[in-house]
Amino acid sequence: MSVRLLRTVGAVALAAAVGLSLASCSSSNDKSGASDSKTTIVVDCPPLKTDNGGKSLAQWNADVVAFEKANPGVTVKSISVGSQCDNPPDFTARLQGGTQADVFYGYMTDLNQVLDAGQAEDITSFVNASTVPYWDSLIPSAKTAFTDDGKLYALPYSAYTMGLVINKNLFKQAGLDPAKPPATWQEVATAAKKIAALGNGIAGYQEYSAGNTGGWHFTAELYSRGGQMVSDDGKSAAFNTPAGQAVLQNLHDMRFTDNSVGTKQLLQWPDLLTNAAAGKVGMYIGAPDSITAIVNTFHGKFSDWAMAPMPGDNGAAKAALGGGNGYFFKKGLTPAQIKAGIAWVTYEELMPGQGQFNYVAQKEMGLPVGLPQPQIWVPGSEVQKKDDELKKANTNLDLTDYASFVASPLAIKLEPPQAQAIYAILDACMSAVLTQADANIPDLLKTAESKVNTLLSQSK
Amino acid sequence: MTTTTTMPAAPASAPRTGAAARPRRDLRRRVAGALTGHVYLIGAVLCFALFSWYPMVREFIMSFQRTRRGVTTWVGWQNYERLWHDPSFAAAWRNTITFTVLALVFGYALPFLIAVLLNEFRHAQGYLRVLVYLPVMLPPASALFLFKYAYDPSQAGIFNYLLHLLHLPASGWTQSRTMTIPSLVIASTWMNVGSAILVYLAALQNIPGELYEAAELDGAGLLRRIWNVTIPQTRLILSLMFLLQIVATMQLFIEPLILAGGAGVQDSATSVVYLMYQHAFRQNDLNGAAALGVMLLVVLAGFSALYARLAPRQD
Repeated sequence: MSVRLLRTVGAVALAAAVGLSLASCSSSNDKSGASDSKTTIVVDCPPLKTDNGGKSLAQWNADVVAFEKANPGVTVKSISVGSQCDNPPDFTARLQGGTQADVFYGYMTDLNQVLDAGQAEDITSFVNASTVPYWDSLIPSAKTAFTDDGKLYALPYSAYTMGLVINKNLFKQAGLDPAKPPATWQEVATAAKKIAALGNGIAGYQEYSAGNTGGWHFTAELYSRGGQMVSDDGKSAAFNTPAGQAVLQNLHDMRFTDNSVGTKQLLQWPDLLTNAAAGKVGMYIGAPDSITAIVNTFHGKFSDWAMAPMPGDNGAAKAALGGGNGYFFKKGLTPAQIKAGIAWVTYEELMPGQGQFNYVAQKEMGLPVGLPQPQIWVPGSEVQKKDDELKKANTNLDLTDYASFVASPLAIKLEPPQAQAIYAILDACMSAVLTQADANIPDLLKTAESKVNTLLSQSK
Repeated sequence: MTTTTTMPAAPASAPRTGAAARPRRDLRRRVAGALTGHVYLIGAVLCFALFSWYPMVREFIMSFQRTRRGVTTWVGWQNYERLWHDPSFAAAWRNTITFTVLALVFGYALPFLIAVLLNEFRHAQGYLRVLVYLPVMLPPASALFLFKYAYDPSQAGIFNYLLHLLHLPASGWTQSRTMTIPSLVIASTWMNVGSAILVYLAALQNIPGELYEAAELDGAGLLRRIWNVTIPQTRLILSLMFLLQIVATMQLFIEPLILAGGAGVQDSATSVVYLMYQHAFRQNDLNGAAALGVMLLVVLAGFSALYARLAPRQD
């Protein structure tokens, strides 16, 4: 064979190989679960390998084995997408690429983008008290959050409201009583000043102001003072009010008059929780699961923490920002796959004593048991009482640390429409009052109001 | 009368047959050669088509569409109009252009000067080259996290500590609206200067030594030698680096994302690409992000065309 011929054959072979590999890439769409006798579902967001030394993942895997045994013919494949389960930009990327799992995790606020991407299956006809035994005891707001035009698109399994998370050790060191946490924003400022006086880089209170998390907390604090982000018809901004000004003024005073929130700002979720786990933060606004994150991800101690209701303006808070998670079902799943997915989510997330409610296993793993979460059951329902009993029987916390939070349920207020875009605009207000001594609060709010109005008018 | 008909036909026809066959063989050879070349190209063309050209065409199409509830519709220039009214649009372009200009001043001139100085060293040039290139080996995210600590607005940050030692007032760095972009430029220059120095050094070492000797004989000092020998001899590399520097710095993203939480204080760090990221991945607005991407593409393509027209040529 001549060199020339050899070269030609080689080139043709190379081109064929490239073509074949590209063809194989494009046709790699897995038709899992197509077979009648065997149904396979791919589920995302199991615990991370790194969470809790891998014990939580081992427990999840054991649950999968038990579920498959109880449901012959169903195979559950778990795929980890790393910490991307709690990283909205990565979730959006997967959604737009259509690479999400068959049964995929999402926030309550994700419904719109999931539907816009055309990626969710309507599961209304598959969900009832026989397929999800405690369906009627799930809080209505969680179901509503995943419902559009009367159709249900996800199975909710976790809900939260925000509160004031406090470091008991720092409270004691500053001469404060952790059993009597601040009930108003003025009391928060006073306590923060005392805690910051301990020195050693300790902030009495810390706050987010970047990556849209600043706007998120502005919303939480505004709700607590009785304000709202947008008008009832959702067409205009409604935060440029005395309540909105009070939120920003309070933070500005804590930063520049009391110097109780630290000098390093533009903090986001991992920045603040890293500081908190290191024992450098006296108080912050958060949901109970932030304490789990401090233990699981940031290696803090759960015994250091307690939780109180959101502080209010002059008394108790008017409302608490709430949210939660659920599992969506990918567009194009077969009915058998949807049924199998619902059975799995129910088994792992919605049955007392099992999965996320398996407090015996969690206690053995050294996880905090007894946190007031997930607030998914209707208060007073049989299942809620049963869950409470199990929690109390296995708790490794001092439940009095959470008693005031549990005893003062606030009206849950969900996030505004176009939440992320509005939060990005409000980040500017939060970052300004926490970094600029001469921040002009009325001007900041006026500018933000005009920007949000423009945004809302364009989204119609 | 003599005739010329006696000329034998066969010998005349034999060469004709040979002449006709040769072009055919040549043509076959040329086609076979070209075919081989084209077949070899298929892989590269497919890769470019799939991973570069198709996404660009798709982005252009998406910028004129809107997808809601899984239904895509044509909306004309609406996405562009929406972007124009985006509250951060003006700040993003202003910051990006400021960053590009400052990065040109520092990231373009500084490495050239360092390369010229390094080139003057007769000893230890290899070690010095390694030293200036070391920051390039650090992953950008790691380098930026180091700068994040260095920019701490308290005295825990090394920059403010140094200012304190010099009895100068502390700076808020990325927390100060006026210092945000300069802070990003410092970090970016530190990370990228090594690569530019190596390119300049390679160009400098290609300049024939006789030119410098001749200049020295003519009594030229260091500055004169740089002006009259070094710069003219490296002008092609200099102009190429100028273009690459602008195209790269206009795509500012990771620096504001890590050092300033993305937007900084009141959009003091928002760049065009960060705004694109916000629209695509935080606001569920891929069409708006595509429109912004097309705008940036047009600006950079326009600049590149201008460069191609004005840039010095080899001849």
